[in-house]
Amino acid sequence: MGEVIVVTSGKGGVGKTTTTANIGTGLAALDHKVVLVDADIGLRNLDVVLGLENRIVYDIVDAANGNCRLRQAIIKDKRLEGLHLLPAAQTKDKTAVTPEQMEELCAELKKEFEYVIVDCPAGIEQGFKNAIAGADKAIVVTTPEVSAVRDADRIIGLLEAAELRDPKLIINRLRARMVKAGDMMSIDDMLEILAIDLLGVVPEDDLVVISTNKGEPVVTNEKSLSGQAYRNIVRRIKGEEVPLMDLESEGGFLKALRRLIGLK
Amino acid sequence: MLEFLSRVFGKESTSKDVAKERLRLVLVHDRANVSPQLLHSLKADLIKVISKYMEIDEEALEVTLSSEDTQVALVANIPVKNMKRSVKDHSV
Repeated sequence: MGEVIVVTSGKGGVGKTTTTANIGTGLAALDHKVVLVDADIGLRNLDVVLGLENRIVYDIVDAANGNCRLRQAIIKDKRLEGLHLLPAAQTKDKTAVTPEQMEELCAELKKEFEYVIVDCPAGIEQGFKNAIAGADKAIVVTTPEVSAVRDADRIIGLLEAAELRDPKLIINRLRARMVKAGDMMSIDDMLEILAIDLLGVVPEDDLVVISTNKGEPVVTNEKSLSGQAYRNIVRRIKGEEVPLMDLESEGGFLKALRRLIGLK
Repeated sequence: MLEFLSRVFGKESTSKDVAKERLRLVLVHDRANVSPQLLHSLKADLIKVISKYMEIDEEALEVTLSSEDTQVALVANIPVKNMKRSVKDHSV
């Protein structure tokens, strides 16, 4: 029996979909059987981030309403054996699926997959309620900005009200140099404010944009710092103890040079 | 003025400190808004504690959060009906 993990944030644009894609791809790269569920009905995006946009026939609304069998709606990735996607519908809206249907879907998927990762839409309305309906665990994504942390705090409250205890935090797009200069909130600042456990920290990285352009999640890029951060997060989800990367010292010219010539 | 002083003493606050302080204030509001239950249970606890010392009008008791520019205050309006004689024992 697998587990259902919902990736949420409240605020849009902080990297929920990118996080979902990378966690799922990372787990599949470690030979796990994973399905990613795009719960953002009407604003389908997980398919393009994964590079699977041309393979969609049926979607989550079809599966929930019995227009097709669940199995028919699930797309199997051709690059990674264990990676699957249940895409969102693009033409419907958030009310096209009910929380009860979502619960049923998740229960069904859990039987066949080790990990079911649900990409939650931004906001706290129906789409959010649907996305968390079948979840066993929750991940909250935030960036080091007042608006994103504020929304994360609200989401944590709503998750707890929905009995989803102990959500884990991912801090995305951290810029170590700005933190050092005192111009960006640090990891500790955010943990102090939000008072939840940290799952990982992903540094700001141009390679995320480049890999998203190509539809290949950055987690598979061995040379990328953000890819390493996602690989660490994946191992922590599996229950391993992995220390945080040293982000503070990265980014300097000498460090970059050393990394380039393989001195680490 | 405060800004001037801190500049004189070489302790200009960084933009991150500003962000953190603004966030802290905004969250006090947000969190209070999210749960009317919290105020309710706070009220119940207040009644319990204060009743040890004096007789209060539980019906008329009011607890609210009021906010000014830079701070949030908990305002409690608690009408006292009668002082209890045993209050001296507690003050020791």
